Amino acid sequence: MLTPHAAVDRRHDLSQPLEALSPDETLKASSRQLRGTIATGLLDRITGAVPGTGPKLLKFHGVYQQDDRDLRDERRRQKLEPAYMFMIRVRLPGGVCTPAQWLKLDELARAHGRETLRITTRQTIQFHWVLKHHLRATIQGLHDVLLDTIAACGDDTRGVMCSVNPDVSPLHAEIYDWAKRASEHATWKSRAYHEIWYGDERVASSEPEEPFYGRSYMPRKFKIGFVLPPSNDIDIYAQDLGFIAIEEDGRLVGFNVVIGGGMGRTDSAPHTYPRLASPIGYVPVDRVMPVIDAVMSVQRDFGDRADRAHARFKYTIDDKGLDWIVGEIEARLGQSFAPARLFHFTSNADAVGWVHGRDGHDHLTLFIENGRVVNGETAIMDGLRALARVHTGTFRLTPNQNLIVSGVTPEARPMIDAIVREHGLLALNDRSGLRLNAMACVALPTCGLAMAESERYLPSLLTKLEASLARHGLERQPITIRMSGCPNGCSRPYIAEIALTGRALGKYNLYLGGGAHGERLNRMYLENAGEPAILSALDGLFARYAVEHLPGERIGDFAVRAGYVTPVTEGRHFND
Amino acid sequence: MTQAVDLPSAPTTIRPDILTSRQWNDLQALATSLSAAQALWVSGYLFALGGVSRGAVLDEPSPGIASATAAPVRTLTILYGSETGNSAALARTLADRAGALGLPASAIDMAEYMPRRLKDADDVLLITSTHGDGDPPQPAASFFEFLEGPKAPRLSDLRYAVLALGDSSYEHFCEAGKRLDRRLEALGAARLHERIDCDVDFDAPASSWTDAVLATLASSASPTSVAAGRDGRVAVAPAAVVVDRQHPLTATVVGNLVLTGRGSTKETRHVELSFPEGGLTFTPGDALGVVVRNDPQVVDQLIECLALSGDTPVTLAKRTTTLADALTSDYEIATVTPRFIDVWTEVTGADDLRRLTTTEGAAERAALIRTHHVIDLVERYRAPGISAETLLKALRPLTRRLYSIASSLSAVPDEVHLTVSVVRYTLHGRERTGVASGHLADRCATGETLPVYVQANPHFRLPHDDVPILMIGAGTGVAPYRAFLQEREARGAAGRSWLVFGERHFRTDFLYQVEWQDLLKRGVLTRMDVAFSRDAADKVYVQHRLVEQARAVFDWLEDGAHVYVCGDATRMAPDVDEALVTIVECAGGRDRDAAVEYVHTLQQSHRYQRDVY
Ligand code: SRM
Ligand SMILES: Cc1cc2nc3c(=O)[nH]c(=O)nc-3n(C[C@H](O)[C@H](O)[C@H](O)COP(=O)(O)OP(=O)(O)OC[C@H]3O[C@@H](n4cnc5c(N)ncnc54)[C@H](O)[C@@H]3O)c2cc1C
Ligand SMILES: Cc1cc2nc3c(=O)[nH]c(=O)nc-3n(C[C@H](O)[C@H](O)[C@H](O)COP(=O)(O)O)c2cc1C
Ligand code: SF4
Repeated sequence: MLTPHAAVDRRHDLSQPLEALSPDETLKASSRQLRGTIATGLLDRITGAVPGTGPKLLKFHGVYQQDDRDLRDERRRQKLEPAYMFMIRVRLPGGVCTPAQWLKLDELARAHGRETLRITTRQTIQFHWVLKHHLRATIQGLHDVLLDTIAACGDDTRGVMCSVNPDVSPLHAEIYDWAKRASEHATWKSRAYHEIWYGDERVASSEPEEPFYGRSYMPRKFKIGFVLPPSNDIDIYAQDLGFIAIEEDGRLVGFNVVIGGGMGRTDSAPHTYPRLASPIGYVPVDRVMPVIDAVMSVQRDFGDRADRAHARFKYTIDDKGLDWIVGEIEARLGQSFAPARLFHFTSNADAVGWVHGRDGHDHLTLFIENGRVVNGETAIMDGLRALARVHTGTFRLTPNQNLIVSGVTPEARPMIDAIVREHGLLALNDRSGLRLNAMACVALPTCGLAMAESERYLPSLLTKLEASLARHGLERQPITIRMSGCPNGCSRPYIAEIALTGRALGKYNLYLGGGAHGERLNRMYLENAGEPAILSALDGLFARYAVEHLPGERIGDFAVRAGYVTPVTEGRHFND
Repeated sequence: MTQAVDLPSAPTTIRPDILTSRQWNDLQALATSLSAAQALWVSGYLFALGGVSRGAVLDEPSPGIASATAAPVRTLTILYGSETGNSAALARTLADRAGALGLPASAIDMAEYMPRRLKDADDVLLITSTHGDGDPPQPAASFFEFLEGPKAPRLSDLRYAVLALGDSSYEHFCEAGKRLDRRLEALGAARLHERIDCDVDFDAPASSWTDAVLATLASSASPTSVAAGRDGRVAVAPAAVVVDRQHPLTATVVGNLVLTGRGSTKETRHVELSFPEGGLTFTPGDALGVVVRNDPQVVDQLIECLALSGDTPVTLAKRTTTLADALTSDYEIATVTPRFIDVWTEVTGADDLRRLTTTEGAAERAALIRTHHVIDLVERYRAPGISAETLLKALRPLTRRLYSIASSLSAVPDEVHLTVSVVRYTLHGRERTGVASGHLADRCATGETLPVYVQANPHFRLPHDDVPILMIGAGTGVAPYRAFLQEREARGAAGRSWLVFGERHFRTDFLYQVEWQDLLKRGVLTRMDVAFSRDAADKVYVQHRLVEQARAVFDWLEDGAHVYVCGDATRMAPDVDEALVTIVECAGGRDRDAAVEYVHTLQQSHRYQRDVY
């Protein structure tokens, strides 16, 4: 292992014996490359859970053990175990899936997932409500259409994101290809997945199963994304490792690299904070994989493995110093980064509706509120299934939890139009500027970490805010608002113009002043506030913004200029 | 009689006469291995052993005892309720520091602590945070529920102190800690030290609380200040009162909850009754008889339909009362009997009914009985002007219902638990409820009373502690096994145990699921199989699980296991019986006759016992 700078503090990293590290490190190391006792746990009929170390290891397989929190207290009294069930997260780099794959997702959700699918903030699909004895069938069903759930969760590279840019398809195809290859390259390789879920025989081999990850995998999750300016739809500054596409004369020539972004924090733990990724320079296009290896290996070797709340790459960088980290990356890469190239972002939102792409095809972005695909007021699930039955292009899931029917040929357009009309799907897009730019994480009743409602609550809160916006003539004004049910920030709230993170049922912290294209963190304005306080604070902000804003000024910028909050310049000052 | 003895005033190397040389050697070996704190603990332990388990107090304490070590050692318990680990960490620190002061205790999660044990605790230090919106931490929920519930014991001998963790930005600051403090006081416990409510910066206030509490404990542990111990208490022997069918005992409902989860097709309840100390004695396997009353609404309907008055005085065998009261407490007013048909034929002269009283009409009569309640016939065959006496003559006395006892006195003294499947169905467009199960479900809220008695069942008994047991039950048939396992755990029985349970749905109908899981974890239950008949297309019942594991079942039988079958008499019991024969055939290599004989022999030798209904 390279250690060019001997002075660095190594008391909590991979160089230490397991006993000195967090128990999760022992668990990974003794899991026989992520096998553990999952297979036997699946057969245990006495519990709907997977006992022992099962739940932690299952995450690496893209499977989360959860329980219906609405029933938790009731069942405890009834001497019944919690209503265990599983969330399954599909690995879908760049959010692109074929109609055939969509039909399978739809079929599996109807059979095992309470007839709902969830588009996530990292452009993939989650099933919820899957019972233990349906796990194998679901994962094998995905396998039928060449989908898997490997590394969708766990201490490894998570789903790799990629801009959706429907109107610049030629470059999208190339960048999407990088995202896909990055995902293949960086996910773990153990055969555990095939053995447990597909029932493959264990093959003996003298080769190490995980040449990169070893027995200990990463200290914590690691997130990679590719963005194609001027859109910053994927929130590149929230990634552990981000690649910003640089084009010259319509050709992709290389990437600016950013490192160390992340949202997660914990209330009343000031040593945790959201952080925007730092730019570290430019590399030509053929250096993507070596950069991934170098960056990930630095975090693998130096990340904190004693305190999981402090194990993300952002803390490694702030602890060791950005310069030191870049030096270490360059040493491993065997080359220096070139100075970053110029680019600019305009927005991190999706433009809904039809666009005509430069490839001559049409693309329809549908607003799916909070990514929840379900037959509700509009039969979204049925509508999308009908589209998938005839569509010849692809579906793209957006980082804003929306869905694009992409690559509609001129010939197919009338048929697609007819289905969209029949199912009333265009009406989904007829929403206020606030709602179209809103996101909520899943939270209750499935998320085990939720402290407050999010997905189930935001829509009704928005209705109240829309009334207030209407009073001030701001119905069409795009305003980014994001809600998370806890401070982990799965909806990337800390870069929204307005954000709410849950503290307890009905209580939220209110944040203001994030940048509209993901370039600035927001800051807390109200702590532990209930709905009346939130509504009145925001009504006040809307009122002033309506009369005082400068031409083209976004509400996040206004909140900073008007002194509602002081801007956050660096993540570690977020809690100041 | 205990002797007065001289206690050593200092460690000695010379064997005192009172000990044999073997005892002396053992003691020396132990003594040299102990730390100071351990030694102090052991001295207290041995003292308590002398004083309590021999059932007497030293009658002539020598002066040495009183001044040097006579302080009855009070035990210290440290409990914490924590969700994110803060209270847990503080509790561990507290335990370490207490240990260093010679007050050994370990920090116990409220989730792991049987709150009943508080009754026998001396000094308890509690640290809890608040979560949700002023709620106790999730893992401590059951602890709080018990303590704040009607079953919490008086704790007048307990001393305690509470440290509350919270966050003052929440409306209900440190509410859980405050609740504990209030409740313990209300239960008669004495506060050792004022509660401290800590905000998110809890380190400083927590450590000053720790200091103060430990100082108080350390000073009170010194011999002079200790109040008289608890060991002098004499248990009062319960007066010998006979409780039987004729003389039921009034029990109080202290718990009544639905075991089946939301969406279940069934309603099965867990009912807990408490009775005065020693009031009932029973052995696992016994049943409880309950004296119930009819649904007052059904009584009213009947009286109204017959145009009678509920106040009409009626004379019964043992007392005079009103018609309404008699119909409520003394007569079966739902189930139709042949006697009812006879009387009703007389009263109404209805030809339809008369036909049924003949021999040819027997089958039809049986069908009528199965598909009608008294009220249905009374409405159809009007009897204007009928007298109260005539009505009562048509009815049979209300019978008492039995329920297998689902608890063991060794584990839960002074309580008896039942597992009740509530009978509800619709007949002729009207909702009907079983008399007893309906009474238990709808009119037995906590605090209500119920006359009960024990119905012994000597044919359903645990074997010797070392003998393996195979318990098979569907639905409420698991009830006695809960008592069996409680008993075996309390006795520390070494025998293996295997439970095979069946119901409809895993999600909603896995009665006492969490308890079985815990028993498995603790090794009290060795093995468990379940069959849920409506979860998959192919209906799986307990007998299928038995046959699937024929080899293991047969091995257990050959190892001398006792087999129990409890629950449904009509289908399950014969199916299981058949399964046992099949198992002996297949796994035991017997022909059918020999297998039948094998199972028969099991029965004869009381190794195959059934309690089916
Ligand atoms: C589904 C999704 C939210 C959504 O509404 O779409 C989600 C849902 C969950 N996240 Fe997340 N996260 C999701 C994107 C994010 C993002 C956004 C992003 O990556 O762009 C973040 C912030 C970025 C970051 O990582 O810092 C995020 C930060 C977290 C954290 C905090 C991590 C940290 O460093 O502190 C946790 C908790 C943890 O890991 O301990 C978490 C944990 C969870 C879990 C798995 C809860 C758990 O660990 O038990 C949630 C499952 C809830 C459920 O019932 O489905 N999730 N999570 C997103 C799925 C993304 C995907 O497809 O992979
Ligand atoms: C030794 C022993 C142990 C027992 N242990 C238990 C136990 O642990 N748990 C338990 O729940 N029970 C147990 N029972 C059964 C219990 O005693 C009662 O019989 C049962 O609770 C029903 O009583 P009830 O008064 O509620 O219903 P009743 O008023 O007696 O009504 C039951 C009657 O209603 C009628 N009925 C039921 N369903 C329908 C329908 N769909 N359509 C038409 N008529 C219908 C039937 O005629 C049935 O006999 C045990 C019985 C015995 C003998
Ligand atoms: C979701 C949540 C809800 C909370 N609700 C309250 C509350 O209502 N009142 C309060 O005083 N503290 C509340 N707190 C603060 C905790 O009690 C405090 O963080 C404490 O230190 C946690 O201790 P523990 O780690 O032992 O659980 C809450 C904390 C969380 C995470
Ligand atoms: S932000 Fe918190 S509540 Fe929402 S999904 Fe993520 S972990 Fe769950």
